[in-house]
Amino acid sequence: MFLGTLVYGIVNSVILALVALGFNLTFGISGIANFAYGALYVLTGYGVWILLNEVGLPLFLAAPAMVVLTAMAGALLYRVVLIRLRGMAISEVIATFGVGLAVLEFFRYLGFIGFEYTLPPLLDGSLSIGPVFLDLQRALIVIVGVTLTGVLWLFTHHTRLGLAFRGIAQDEHTAMCLGIHSDRVAMFSLAFGGGLCALAAVVILPIGTISVDAGYDVLLEALAVCIVGGLGSAVGVIVASFILGLAQTYTAMYMGSHWMMIVTLVAILLILTIRPSGLFGKQKELEERI
Amino acid sequence: MLYLLGPRALPLILLGMGIFLAPPYWKKVLVNTAIFGILALSWDLLVCTGLVSLGQALFFGVGAYIAGTLNHYWGWPWWVTLPTATVAGGLLCAGILAPVLRLRGIYFAMVTLVLPLMLVRIIEATKILGGTEGLSGLQTFPSSWVELVLSLAAFFAVLFGFRRLMGTDYGLVLQGIRDNDRSVLSSGINIHWFKAQALFIAGATGAFAGAFMTHTYMFVGMPVFALDYSILPIAAAVVGGMGTLAGPAVGAFILIPLSEVLRALGALRIVIYGLFLVVFIVALPEGLFPYLSRKYHQFERWVEVE
Repeated sequence: MFLGTLVYGIVNSVILALVALGFNLTFGISGIANFAYGALYVLTGYGVWILLNEVGLPLFLAAPAMVVLTAMAGALLYRVVLIRLRGMAISEVIATFGVGLAVLEFFRYLGFIGFEYTLPPLLDGSLSIGPVFLDLQRALIVIVGVTLTGVLWLFTHHTRLGLAFRGIAQDEHTAMCLGIHSDRVAMFSLAFGGGLCALAAVVILPIGTISVDAGYDVLLEALAVCIVGGLGSAVGVIVASFILGLAQTYTAMYMGSHWMMIVTLVAILLILTIRPSGLFGKQKELEERI
Repeated sequence: MLYLLGPRALPLILLGMGIFLAPPYWKKVLVNTAIFGILALSWDLLVCTGLVSLGQALFFGVGAYIAGTLNHYWGWPWWVTLPTATVAGGLLCAGILAPVLRLRGIYFAMVTLVLPLMLVRIIEATKILGGTEGLSGLQTFPSSWVELVLSLAAFFAVLFGFRRLMGTDYGLVLQGIRDNDRSVLSSGINIHWFKAQALFIAGATGAFAGAFMTHTYMFVGMPVFALDYSILPIAAAVVGGMGTLAGPAVGAFILIPLSEVLRALGALRIVIYGLFLVVFIVALPEGLFPYLSRKYHQFERWVEVE
């Protein structure tokens, strides 16, 4: 029992890390807390569903198409809305929250509620780790999560665009002096954030059903992981997702699934109260509290 | 004379006509509007102090649950629960948020976003205070007239009270905290104490709105912590104009009747709220009220010089 919970806890942690990666990337580079993140997640889910069942595309075409489309939606969000609000943190939050709300509730209005809205798993079957059975989709999530983290590390350390991302994140003015276009990088950061979110949705959603409420939960989970780990910190995301993922799974195991979300929310509150920059974030004392 | 009096008298005349001429259903809407207006004003008072809250539902829900519990379990009448819930709700909200008073900007906003969500889940998980079912069959007001007059009176009391408060030295300190908290701090003023007081005032106002709503609907349950009660005050303030106090009041009187008109659209209403938020914050960030008053003062007029 303990071992089984541990395995599923690790899977849960990887799911959290996958969900948080995109949010963290966007915030780390452009400082925009993308509150439309959950909406992008759900948008991908329903988008793939529509492409599969209404348009009739095969899954291996529909999923990448939706990842690209969601990335474009992220870029569009920056181009149309956020570029006009750059630097006003509260306005950015309200605007992205408004966009997310509109998208999510629009899906609810269209009647996308019910158990028939599921995505087919990319892999069928299961494997056994000792006494524990794990279905291949969950194993795939772990593999995708680990690969994606590696690819992201390579990308931000060894490509021109990735280095530009880090340059803007470290010091915007110096980066601009070196010919890095701040607005373009910020747009790319939202596009990449959206794309990562869509990738996460494509691999995670086959486990359950797609629902509008999942959008709000995903946003909260991404927020929780990023806040606990430290907004904008890559190591923090991984450590925090393991702390939260294991804590969530063990709470669900021993206290009931009602308490799962409470653990997440309490973690956010505790970290914000005690150490607002998170476990691994850079301290910005007077900016975050006085 | 008319130039100054006109814009002030017009809403009152319209409202007075509304009170006497509106059909019963729209009177109910008017009560709703006043309640949301109070909630929006309490949001705006926090903005004036530099605290942006994404979870006004916390204040609303705390007030609603206090009034509901007192009435349901102990049978206290509404004219006792209303003031009790107001004061106790304010104290409770200020108490809950006291440990995070030092947080600024978006960090404070995230705490307030999380708190009502957490309270909902705790009520759901522990099944206290009626759990998912909520408490129903609460006492309502003796007549719809009492309800209407009381809600509107409270709304105007809060609106003009807050506007006057902002003109006093006390209000200046609060606005100073918003504009530059460090310079207020360095002039020897304890900003945390002032922020706690602002939280108490806003919390009490929000709790009053919640308690009033509880007695109007004769029900209190998990929906009082719902996202609607956090979004609507923000939407009203963004549409009307943040930080002006009159703005959110105007915004509430636009948005709530609008949402009644659009009732047939169901969930699409929230979509429209979301879009309102985006469009106004991008296209008219100052809000309707400051924009209109600025334009109004630009009209040419002849003034007799004595």
